[in-house]
Amino acid sequence: MYVPQTSDDRRAMLDAIGVKDIRSLYDSVPDSIYLNRPLDLPKGRPEYAVSRMMEAYAENNRRYRAILRGAGAYDRYTPAIVRRVAAKEDFVTAYTPYQAEVSQGVLQSIFEYQTMICALTGMDVSNASVYDGATAAAEACAMCRERGKTGVLISESVHPQVREVVATYVESATGERPTLIPTVGGMTDADALSKLLSTETACVLTQQPNFYGLIEDAEKLADLAHSAGSRYIMSVDPTSLGVMKTPREYGADIAVGDGQPLGLGLSFGGPSLGFMTCVSSLTRRLPGRIVGETVDNEGRRCYVLTLQAREQHIRREKAQSNICSNQALCALTASVYLASMGAEGLRRAACLSMTGARTLLRLLTEIPGITRAFPGEFFDEFVTFVPDSGRISDILEKNNILGGLPLTIDDKPAILWCVTETVSEDVLHRTAQLVRKAVEG
Amino acid sequence: MTIPENLLYSKTHEWVEKHGETVRVGITDHAQDSLGDIVFVGLPAVGDRVEIGKSLADVESVKAVAEVYSPVTGVVLSVNDALVSSPELINEDAYAAWLVEIAAESFEDLLDAAAYGKLLEEEG
Amino acid sequence: MKLVFERSLPGFVNNYLQDCTIPADFSSVRAQKPSLPEVPESELARHYTTLASQTRGVNGGFYPLGSCTMKYNPAAHEAYAALPGFNVHPLAPPDAVQGCMAVLWDTQRALCEICGMDEFALQPAAGAHGEYAGLLLIRAFHRANGDTVRRNILIPDSAHGTNPASAAMAGFHVVNVPSTSEGLVDLDALRSLANEETAGLMLTNPNTVGLFDRNIEEITRIIHDVGGLCYYDGANLNAVMGIARPGDMGFDVVHVNLHKTFSTPHGGGGPGSGPVGCKAFLRRFLPAGHIIKQSDGSYISETPESSIGRIKLFYGNFLVIVRALAYILTLGSDGLKQASEIAVLNANYLLSKISDLYDVPYPGHCMHEFVISLDRFNKSHNVRALDIAKALIDCGIHPPTMYFPLIVQEALMFEPTETETLATLDEAAEALRSLYRMILEMPEHLQNAPHNTAISRPDETLAARKPHLTFQ
Repeated sequence: MYVPQTSDDRRAMLDAIGVKDIRSLYDSVPDSIYLNRPLDLPKGRPEYAVSRMMEAYAENNRRYRAILRGAGAYDRYTPAIVRRVAAKEDFVTAYTPYQAEVSQGVLQSIFEYQTMICALTGMDVSNASVYDGATAAAEACAMCRERGKTGVLISESVHPQVREVVATYVESATGERPTLIPTVGGMTDADALSKLLSTETACVLTQQPNFYGLIEDAEKLADLAHSAGSRYIMSVDPTSLGVMKTPREYGADIAVGDGQPLGLGLSFGGPSLGFMTCVSSLTRRLPGRIVGETVDNEGRRCYVLTLQAREQHIRREKAQSNICSNQALCALTASVYLASMGAEGLRRAACLSMTGARTLLRLLTEIPGITRAFPGEFFDEFVTFVPDSGRISDILEKNNILGGLPLTIDDKPAILWCVTETVSEDVLHRTAQLVRKAVEG
Repeated sequence: MTIPENLLYSKTHEWVEKHGETVRVGITDHAQDSLGDIVFVGLPAVGDRVEIGKSLADVESVKAVAEVYSPVTGVVLSVNDALVSSPELINEDAYAAWLVEIAAESFEDLLDAAAYGKLLEEEG
Repeated sequence: MKLVFERSLPGFVNNYLQDCTIPADFSSVRAQKPSLPEVPESELARHYTTLASQTRGVNGGFYPLGSCTMKYNPAAHEAYAALPGFNVHPLAPPDAVQGCMAVLWDTQRALCEICGMDEFALQPAAGAHGEYAGLLLIRAFHRANGDTVRRNILIPDSAHGTNPASAAMAGFHVVNVPSTSEGLVDLDALRSLANEETAGLMLTNPNTVGLFDRNIEEITRIIHDVGGLCYYDGANLNAVMGIARPGDMGFDVVHVNLHKTFSTPHGGGGPGSGPVGCKAFLRRFLPAGHIIKQSDGSYISETPESSIGRIKLFYGNFLVIVRALAYILTLGSDGLKQASEIAVLNANYLLSKISDLYDVPYPGHCMHEFVISLDRFNKSHNVRALDIAKALIDCGIHPPTMYFPLIVQEALMFEPTETETLATLDEAAEALRSLYRMILEMPEHLQNAPHNTAISRPDETLAARKPHLTFQ
């Protein structure tokens, strides 16, 4: 399949090359290595047979009628135009836009993406995206590393998987693991932070809203970091920026996050995109591809990959990051989402989610045995203590609802709930009913 | 390629201008020509220690980056801030566009203009 | 082309979601709304159609980028990736996502067989990411042996830039291994460089000049003899599927590029996927989020006992993996081998049609790609590799890879792949032959190429000196 020649074609080609068979083209492969048996895989199949197999894989997953789980992946509404544009074959089948003359479409779309992400975060500059929010956070820590400043402080209220990824990256580069800033009441402990900061601290990383859905007193954290000569990195939920104070307003030097909610669907976790934005003084420390505006030799406005001398293909082992691919098609998807939704659409998504979350919180805490775990301002996720998270998850599963994420807080069972704009009020009531049954029954 | 007589040169295409114990360091006309349009210069900080043979600064063109190696051991006294906003000054006049001023403690063996000219011929 | 912001109608809203007011209790409100576009959907449709028309993809024509394997992206794969059953939450309970886990498991096993490895981890999101993970496996192995002196990774001077960059990120020091005039690893140099400080070697085979290094078993033996491990960069795997396996060449760790060898689309620069494979003795170091099959046949995710840790959120670029699995299922053992054989046939054919006119630094048969050099024409006629690449655009052909590998002056690297017809290759050869005539007869025309595109050569110097990275 997908080899568009006839056997006559191949014969003609072998003759032109001057060999009798394809095997002779592999003369440089030693006999000891040349595989003398077929690969131990089934033989090729017609497209129809494969389509049935792929459908079978897909069907072997549960389709919920409502999803009340977030924790880094959000079931949001994507306008139809987003998928339509992202499916255009020129965008899908294009290579990296190194040849600007044949790639203005991709380059301009990245330039627009960079602009929109900056508009969202309030920062000055964005790159063309990295793999996901966790690697974005790790690369942000690398941006802050300088001679004499290599320490990384991460709050315990940052998503656990993000913390794990940052730890892997930081440890391989510096030999030391990041230090955890403890939390109090689900929020970063500012007093503990001020004791942990030193002249060797390169950066402080917190998340907004944090893993528990809470809004942190980030201005205070930024001030503490800066007073100690450290930089402040904020990992943010892009949907929340439809209404929330921006990382810039809080005083962050670098804002990163995962772009999954911007039209990318749940997709079992990937592909996604990691956005990275910063204040202009840190521009040259941004890793990965960046698109800039320029003119051609006839003065026409156009776009190119720029500041390439930072990157691995030029700096090699002296590059700050090895990153080559970005998540181009995902960044395009996110920019179509942002362009079609606009500020008002994003605001609606945020408000609907917040309203729904407050409704669910009220309904759940009316049930005896269920209390809110951490008081405080929140976006669209919150934590409740529950008597038995297993029973609650089970009853919701049986009713085709994916409940919140079970957690343990101070040795007590708890659940991290999330409500997005895709959850109807009926479902919230039904959920509360079922949870009540699980608790009382 | 111009090679001013009053300067000294390293084998790695840096020029050195001595004022007593202070030296100014830049890159030669040959170096800027090989690099092409210079887009950025990464300079050290005032007060940094530098060592003979170690990287002192780097110079970026669109498609390449070149290390500038220190011809002396010493401490950085000042850097040419004009190059931060106008890196093209190096392309315009490589010998006017000094990069770094250093309080020198020791020097590597440097070439005079004639010897540097010969080096370029051999390399060319 | 207008920027999307230049199509805004102030105050315009596409009615995708119902209106809603912000809860009164919320005080952390941003001072100003984000300055995002306010463009009607109909205008957006026009905007992106215009951008797409100024984007060249593989479906638009021949795309012989060396080392990138721009093969055809099967239409059916887009349908599979869009199946609603795959749009599931990565943190759903394992019993709710057995279908997704089966996709991951089956892909792991297939890649093991194709590469001659015992394990495969699918979390890395790109080739460079896979390299980083693979190097961390090597680092973990030596540390577990109490071996802390091993700080060096040996890398050929012809290697792709991500190789040394990944090694540096993984905390290693890079030692460059020179190539012979035949473009192969210099064995004597390798022997003198390999010692008790060697953690490993990174290599691709076929190498970056399109040759299969027949000394590969000796190379891996030299490294193993000093206690190092061997890493295979799978960028060039398209030449040898079903023919030679890195595991049989002596490699301990490999990464593959699903967006190269396994037909997943390049998307304008991503998303890709760079799974990392290893021999059994490295299994316990694999990254978090590894899929295993339990005795009852069900799948679960685990973190191995001495894991290098997590390198990515969740499980990897899942929908990219779906496409790669579909490709492997469709081609099967026979089709994968055939793909490689035809890739090599096509490359040798194209080479045979131009090698009388252009300088080929490494004569003889190539593998799936070959390199020509424009150095002589640069000196005689001032026509560089860049000029020929840009002139090919006017012929309807996407430029090949330029100025790589670094060991060849004025290099152009061509990789046709197996999904090209004889007619396309003949047209490409004819285009290159007519460009040769232009080098001799009108080089200025080439120096100003391309002529038929919406924009001509951009001022990259200006873009780098005065970075203008967002729309104001």
